Amino acid sequence: MRLRELAHSRTGDKGDTSNISVIAFDLADFALIAREVTAARVSEHFRGFVTGDVLRYELPQLGALNFVMRGALRGGVTRSLALDAHGKCLGSAILDLEIEDAAAGYECMK
Amino acid sequence: MRTVRIGAGAGFSGDRIEPAIELAEKGDLDFLVFECLAERTIALAQQARLRDPAAGFDPLLVARMRAVLPACRARGVRIVTNMGAANPIAAADAVRSVARELGLQGLRVAAISGDDILREVQAGDYRLDETDQPVSGLGSRLISANAYLGAAPIAEALSHGAEIVITGRAADPALFLGPLVHAFGWSMTDWTRLGRGTIVGHLLECAGQITGGYFADPGYKDVPDLARLGFPIGEVDEDGNVTVTKVSDTGGAVTPATVKEQLLYEIHDPARYLQPDVIADFSGVQIAETGPDSVRVTGGGGAARTGFLKVSVGYIDSYVGEGQISYAGPGAMERGRLAVEIVAERLKIMGVACHETRGELIGVDSILGARLSASSSTPREVRVRFVGRTDSLAEAERIGNEVESLYLNGPAGGGGAAKSTREIVGIVSTLVPETQVRPSIHIKEA
Repeated sequence: MRLRELAHSRTGDKGDTSNISVIAFDLADFALIAREVTAARVSEHFRGFVTGDVLRYELPQLGALNFVMRGALRGGVTRSLALDAHGKCLGSAILDLEIEDAAAGYECMK
Repeated sequence: MRTVRIGAGAGFSGDRIEPAIELAEKGDLDFLVFECLAERTIALAQQARLRDPAAGFDPLLVARMRAVLPACRARGVRIVTNMGAANPIAAADAVRSVARELGLQGLRVAAISGDDILREVQAGDYRLDETDQPVSGLGSRLISANAYLGAAPIAEALSHGAEIVITGRAADPALFLGPLVHAFGWSMTDWTRLGRGTIVGHLLECAGQITGGYFADPGYKDVPDLARLGFPIGEVDEDGNVTVTKVSDTGGAVTPATVKEQLLYEIHDPARYLQPDVIADFSGVQIAETGPDSVRVTGGGGAARTGFLKVSVGYIDSYVGEGQISYAGPGAMERGRLAVEIVAERLKIMGVACHETRGELIGVDSILGARLSASSSTPREVRVRFVGRTDSLAEAERIGNEVESLYLNGPAGGGGAAKSTREIVGIVSTLVPETQVRPSIHIKEA
């Protein structure tokens, strides 16, 4: 299933850095999301788009992850030539990630 | 426990006006805050002030004040705003004129200046965080340098009886922290409460972004009545915990999900949110629904501030020229791609000096690029966008001209061409020791 089924997201910007939150609709899904949506996975998802590193912060009590992506905004909001200079749409793009739900798969097989 | 009610009446300079009137009239507020100063706004305001010494404050200041002052005065709601932009003193004069016009005699208006440290930064040895180059290297391209002031001068102005406090550049959360420090008498070294007050400010500063604005995703996250979105109220206790709510019978929604999205908005390390007054720590925050449109946010904390203030430095970076044209029907995408190729080649033939260009198809690949946008579907219409960076406005104009001339010289069926140019004011930043910045408070009466 897509991450969109499990989580919602908002993007913020500071200079050339973009941050994307990934927040579970249901706290019970947080462990699955935390396992599947790693910094490496997000970095690969935005390959070619984000030039710097991707860091991940966790707020388990809120069921939330925060991804900080350096070099994501074409030199920064104020001078970027991009149509979406703020990178506001990146949060929607992350929700496209495919999530492998091993537990659900097992239940289906039973 | 005693509580203070703070409303957020605007989250950016062009925000809707009537939600603030609802807050002033029905919010049972102590304070109403308007956050209207984006990163670049102050540099643009500084340019306006250079052209006219009486200008340089927010263009909607007078309209917003005219709308809310009668209700605020009648109900004792005090206002804090950064709409002073590059000229808080002229802004205070303008508000005083509005107050007189409305018959609000004796209204006390405070302007806070001192954030403008252009001279200090020009003369001192400061380096830009982004490039590690000296600020002075920007030479005549340098427009503005404004330090992010903290909550202390705002709290002090309120303690002098100001009914309206107008700042230039101040940290956005400080617009909310200042009233809390004043109302509860918090110490400026009480890191836990300053941290929590910063969280309150961070949650409220974007106004409608916590009451269901910027949230709706039909079928997944539905929000009622966004055309009548109510703006938020924070009911804050002496320990800095807050209940976020809004005026009843307004549109939007306050839920744990809207609050969580806003909590992480523009945050990097949640344990270290650097502010002029404190390093706020969001990592232990708890969020719980306490009723319809009522969410309780508790916990969080803070640590001693760094002693440095961030300075936003504005400079003239470059010029940008842009043109757009649409293609529709069968082969729209192919004709759009051909149009991009033609413009790129025309700019070379004509010798237009571009540092950087982008040619893309809006609706196909303009936002996320080719790889993330890859899909087999064929769009029924596309809009070509070609944009380039140049050293002069005249050079930038040539880019849009080449797009426009696709009408007669490009692929079949181009329509709706448009062109534009703009000067790019860039923003970079540096740090200054807080001792180099001396805010001052000017109080005027209507």
